[in-house]
Amino acid sequence: MGIRERLSGNEAVAYAMKQINPDVMGAYPITPSTEIPQYFSAYVDNGEVDTEFIAVESEHSAMSTCIGAEAAGCRAISATSSCGLCYMTEMLYVAASDRLPITLAVSCRALSGPININNDHSDAMGVRDAGWLMLFAETNQEAYDNYLQAMRIAEAVSLPIMICQDGFITSHAIENIELVETDKVKEFVGEYKPQHFLLNKDEPMAVGAYATPVYYMEAKRQQAQAMMDAKDVIRKVGAEFGEMTGRSYGLIEKFMMDDAEEAIVIIGSSAGTAKEAIRELRAQGKKVGLIKIRSFRPFPAEDICEALKNVKAFAVMDKDDSFNAHCGPMFAEVSASLYAAGISAPKGINYIYGLGGRDVRVESIQHVFAELEKIAATGETGETYRYLDVRE
Amino acid sequence: MSYNLKENVMKEDRLSGGHRMCAGCGSPIAVRTVLRALNPEDHAVVCSATSCLEVSTFMYPYTSWKDSFIHNAFENAGATISGVETAYRAMKKRGKLDETWKFIAFGGDGGTYDIGFQSLSGAMERGHDMVYVCYDNEAYMNTGIQRSSSTPHFADTTTTPVGKVVPGKPQQKKNLTKIMVAHGVPYVAQTTFIGNFKDISEKAHKAIYTPGAAFLNVMAPCPRGWRYPSEKMMEVTKMAVETCVWPLYEVVEGKYILSYKPKEKKPVEEYLKMQGRFAHMFKPGNEWMIEQAQKEVDRNWEELLKLCDM
Repeated sequence: MGIRERLSGNEAVAYAMKQINPDVMGAYPITPSTEIPQYFSAYVDNGEVDTEFIAVESEHSAMSTCIGAEAAGCRAISATSSCGLCYMTEMLYVAASDRLPITLAVSCRALSGPININNDHSDAMGVRDAGWLMLFAETNQEAYDNYLQAMRIAEAVSLPIMICQDGFITSHAIENIELVETDKVKEFVGEYKPQHFLLNKDEPMAVGAYATPVYYMEAKRQQAQAMMDAKDVIRKVGAEFGEMTGRSYGLIEKFMMDDAEEAIVIIGSSAGTAKEAIRELRAQGKKVGLIKIRSFRPFPAEDICEALKNVKAFAVMDKDDSFNAHCGPMFAEVSASLYAAGISAPKGINYIYGLGGRDVRVESIQHVFAELEKIAATGETGETYRYLDVRE
Repeated sequence: MSYNLKENVMKEDRLSGGHRMCAGCGSPIAVRTVLRALNPEDHAVVCSATSCLEVSTFMYPYTSWKDSFIHNAFENAGATISGVETAYRAMKKRGKLDETWKFIAFGGDGGTYDIGFQSLSGAMERGHDMVYVCYDNEAYMNTGIQRSSSTPHFADTTTTPVGKVVPGKPQQKKNLTKIMVAHGVPYVAQTTFIGNFKDISEKAHKAIYTPGAAFLNVMAPCPRGWRYPSEKMMEVTKMAVETCVWPLYEVVEGKYILSYKPKEKKPVEEYLKMQGRFAHMFKPGNEWMIEQAQKEVDRNWEELLKLCDM
């Protein structure tokens, strides 16, 4: 059985990195992910790993060094948050199009301005179209477990992967956690054996071509295929992880959805608060449930349709905003999934919530369910683009 | 071993012909010469910033590079090659390879003096075992001759056009070579194409085989941007050196060494008059510009002589 510990989410991710002992880490400090490279450089300086750590001068260079190192034939990792992720954005696209399975730990944080160091998902959602796989964690345990699965998934489809958790809420809060023995981790993650790499003396390689319109689109189509293929890989690796630990993972998690009439779709740590709200409402006899998205990229459209098709009303909870005068990014994708599948019966609304660390309480979620109950009863959604717990 | 041009050019080219650079461009000459300074048995990973060089040598599905090559973006050749070099150390430590690899990054002045400056500075400060080569053609030539911080004072570019009130670039050229020296790296040199290419070849060899980070600044003219007949390139670079506009020197472990001192320093107009980008400086009433340009050259040259203890 695993090892019982109490760790913060950042330390849990750093510990997973230590167990994996990757070849190269390039990182730059930014709140709230700073602790990850901090813990990791202590492992390096104490000889607990033999990873080469590059303390770069910016997040842009952190991702650039990872691209160089991964292309060279190594496992390369980094960690960041917020503006740091924004600053990497250009390189995130390059990493994905070069098909380099880099692993990036993200402790999600709001974006400036106003400047704010607390959690929301604006940073991760801002780079959602960069071509990276993106897994989100509700708890410290999930952040750790997702990290252990990351390289298996990324390397199978040759795409980079982000392991996202909520800044401070899980990154800094200490929770009970069950760690996997290091020998089992090493066996599960395996060795990285790229087919082609720069430091191959028998076969030189060129990375990062200029592609004219004659070739560019085929490169993008292949990326799209890899993302589609990733769905099965994530399920398979999640199931295999379950066999090892008893904790299985898919693309989404359903909570009390079997007979649910009203549901919320949510991502990250707020799912924990929402589950508590649902338990209380269930005790009152209300048929409510939750869908937690674990894999935002690839987007689990089929799983969400299957889970939502029989509800009367649902709310998609976006911890960020698209500022399109219409809806947040997750609502857009959930709605598009239902529309494309020809599912039109459930009434959907969107809540923008928890921006810049605005507390999300059990009552906040219960308010959402109260609104859904009205919508289910009347069939009238009213305004679909709503802000939760805000002074207006 | 003494330098021999004939032997040097007999080495196999590591950048093959058929690339799409303009006839008479200085950049592939700089690249070929630097790569020839590699010991033929050594492997190399070459990195290029986004530039004329990159888009002309690696257009899918063709590459002109015989060595492993990586292009990442415009502003991060320094960081990218540091990642590759670090991967080499990681793999060597773990017994995944045992052969010798060298790491060389190329960037134009835009990708080096300007947008790639931070990435370069970081790589130099961290001391990766690599060489960064700037092929300095003194403007953003790939996008159509816009000024960079390397563009000389008064030069006519498309973002410093000679107008009725502003006569070309209002600022002086940034002295990047000295900034690189300030990083305390073991080897920094400034060079260009002169005579039998001894200067650049020897400096490239030293840069590649000095352990640690090295920086090579190569004046690599662009006939389109500088507006001179392309067959005159060697005359232009020679005049840049003879007028002390582009002095040849190296800095080894912090010690400045002048590589060449003209017997008689030529007046700056000898260099300026060869190039269309400075043509307006020769119009009546603009004599002050040439005087100013001369003052700036003199000041920089005197400073350099002092640094070289001469």
